[in-house]
Amino acid sequence: MRARPLNKKFWTPGVFVMLVFMIAGAISIIARFTGGIGYVTNLSNARPWGLWVGVDVATGVALAAGGFTTAALAHILGKHLYEPITRPALLTAVLGYTFVVLGLLVDIGRSWAIWKPMVNWNTNSVLFEVAMCVMVYLNVLYIEFFPIIAEQFKGRVNLPGLLSALNGLVDMILKIGDAILDKIMWIFIILGVVLSCMHQSSLGSLMLVAPTKLHPLWYTPILPLLFLTSAFAVGYPMVVVETTIATSSFKLDAEMNILTPLTRVTIFLLGIYLLLKIGDMVVRGTYVYLFDGNYQTNSFVIELLFGVIMPWVMLLFERVRHSRTGIFTAASLIVGGVALNRINVFIVGYQPPLSENVYFPAPGELMVTLGLIATLMFIYRFAVTYLPVLQAPKEVST
Amino acid sequence: MKLTRRHFFKFMGAAGASVAALPSSASAWESKAPPDPYGCLVDLTRCVGCRKCEEACSEVNGLPTPERPNCQCTIFEKKRRPDEKAFTVVNRYFTGKLDAFDNPLPTFVKVQCMHCQDPACVSACIVGALTKDETGTVRYDVSKCIGCRYCMVACPFEIPAYEYHDPITPRVMKCTFCYDRISKDGGIPGCATICPTEALTFGKRETLLKVANKKLKDNPGKYIQHVYGEREVGGTSWLYISAIPFDRLNLPVLPDTPSPKLSETIQHSLFSYLWSPLALFGVLGAVMSKSNKTAEKQQNKGGA
Repeated sequence: MRARPLNKKFWTPGVFVMLVFMIAGAISIIARFTGGIGYVTNLSNARPWGLWVGVDVATGVALAAGGFTTAALAHILGKHLYEPITRPALLTAVLGYTFVVLGLLVDIGRSWAIWKPMVNWNTNSVLFEVAMCVMVYLNVLYIEFFPIIAEQFKGRVNLPGLLSALNGLVDMILKIGDAILDKIMWIFIILGVVLSCMHQSSLGSLMLVAPTKLHPLWYTPILPLLFLTSAFAVGYPMVVVETTIATSSFKLDAEMNILTPLTRVTIFLLGIYLLLKIGDMVVRGTYVYLFDGNYQTNSFVIELLFGVIMPWVMLLFERVRHSRTGIFTAASLIVGGVALNRINVFIVGYQPPLSENVYFPAPGELMVTLGLIATLMFIYRFAVTYLPVLQAPKEVST
Repeated sequence: MKLTRRHFFKFMGAAGASVAALPSSASAWESKAPPDPYGCLVDLTRCVGCRKCEEACSEVNGLPTPERPNCQCTIFEKKRRPDEKAFTVVNRYFTGKLDAFDNPLPTFVKVQCMHCQDPACVSACIVGALTKDETGTVRYDVSKCIGCRYCMVACPFEIPAYEYHDPITPRVMKCTFCYDRISKDGGIPGCATICPTEALTFGKRETLLKVANKKLKDNPGKYIQHVYGEREVGGTSWLYISAIPFDRLNLPVLPDTPSPKLSETIQHSLFSYLWSPLALFGVLGAVMSKSNKTAEKQQNKGGA
């Protein structure tokens, strides 16, 4: 069974709901670029990073980790059983990182200057390393995605109207590009994994420069290691969540034969993360804060309990591993737990030392974030409808 | 996915050579503080809250006139922070100290950029728009800035402010230490020039530290025995002495370790000469090559 375009009905009521969010997001973005960041957000001098950095960027990068973890499993470790999920995972990564950059463009004050880190290097800056890795990795992802486009359109390029004069040229580019990439793709696959390990961990190093501003439950010298191991752990669950949603939305069969063994890998990876997280708490003695009962410590307890411990225990049961609902529930908890971790590190756990700690995202901020997520889902749906990404039962294909 | 052995060795050779070129030990973190910076000593026991420094600052730096410049009373009812329109502000604190007639005695505290010796903002800045100058000034070059606001996240004193209402060309705004003045011979920052009570003393940081410690020694009952900024986050160019503990005056309790030390140590020990990414590339390449060979063998067996 090969990946193929689904060619199912694209416009459903759900798609129109997405459109509404996309329009609301677009209006907020216009407001941001006319009135300034202060016009649409609740950010302040005491609280310079908010929802956009915590969710659009940090959570976006974490949840796009499926791209490199599946590539490592199927292509580098040679577990070809998992081939079918590499494409949806790659698509998520391509879209995820594209929207990380779009989110950054909205968030940074001088969007037009985003290229400047390429010429002005500060190698002491953690953010510089993250930015460089994300930039190169985004290009690596586009290169990795190229063969999927080539597979669909090679030999049948049919551009509309005047553009049809370019049919031959585009077809040639697809053919040559595909042939070259077939030989050297291994470089990009390894490079993708290396770059991911670098910036997934460094995202955690970002807060190390501000020891007095991040709550001690999260501030630890091993924050980069926790970010890396949680990215490893969340990769497969994210693939499970999105393929389950996509397949049930398109009424396809779930890939249980792949998903069940995948959860066993997840038990191992999530177990490492859990061990490090609890070990760090014990070594640094920060468990004393656990029951302080304020919203920060409660958020940590929820993150640890429902986002790590509960799904890990769930997956230990064979009954859960063999049930579609069971796997989906556990995977959703893991995804939610890692998302909450990033939100905690960048938003909830952040405490301005001298000003009052009051921040809740403004409606404009929420609209931009929801709009970007809706656009991402819209394009995902568009891509799986018209490109060979998901595996579809034969009778569906044309 | 095809990884031919020839390709593999060509690439791995290069990666291996770079790893071998590594220095044997990752160098320890070293302070990048300038050797003989300027500083400014604030004697909080002398400040009377006249706010002339705010006015002088605005004038020198081309900022709007301070909020109600002549008010020395109700303005203090709210706690103010430096922002994009004011690089320095004076706040009033009642800490329970009483005068001879049992009236509460105020303590006035001027705040501005501390011009740290090893500034977190300078380490954080993605493009190096913030730099620590020989004079001790932490300078901002707007032409490099992209507006990521990581400097604001990093600053332990919560100083850099942002022009949030400029949609296209917002700037990070903070005390300039009147660089254009102090970089010239005999130049003194606007605030230190105008202070009528000599609460502000400008000079070489080393000299000021001696002055401050002498004051503490000569007046043990008057001052608490702590020069704020001598050791905080590795030392700051601005120094404070006071009769009231600093944490009650909104000057934060900070570790002696320079803020950038941990993150810079991690970054440089992992990424100098890109040794760890190259090594990881090598290991993954070897694994990939091996797993592909096994797969080929199995395929051949199946075909035979």
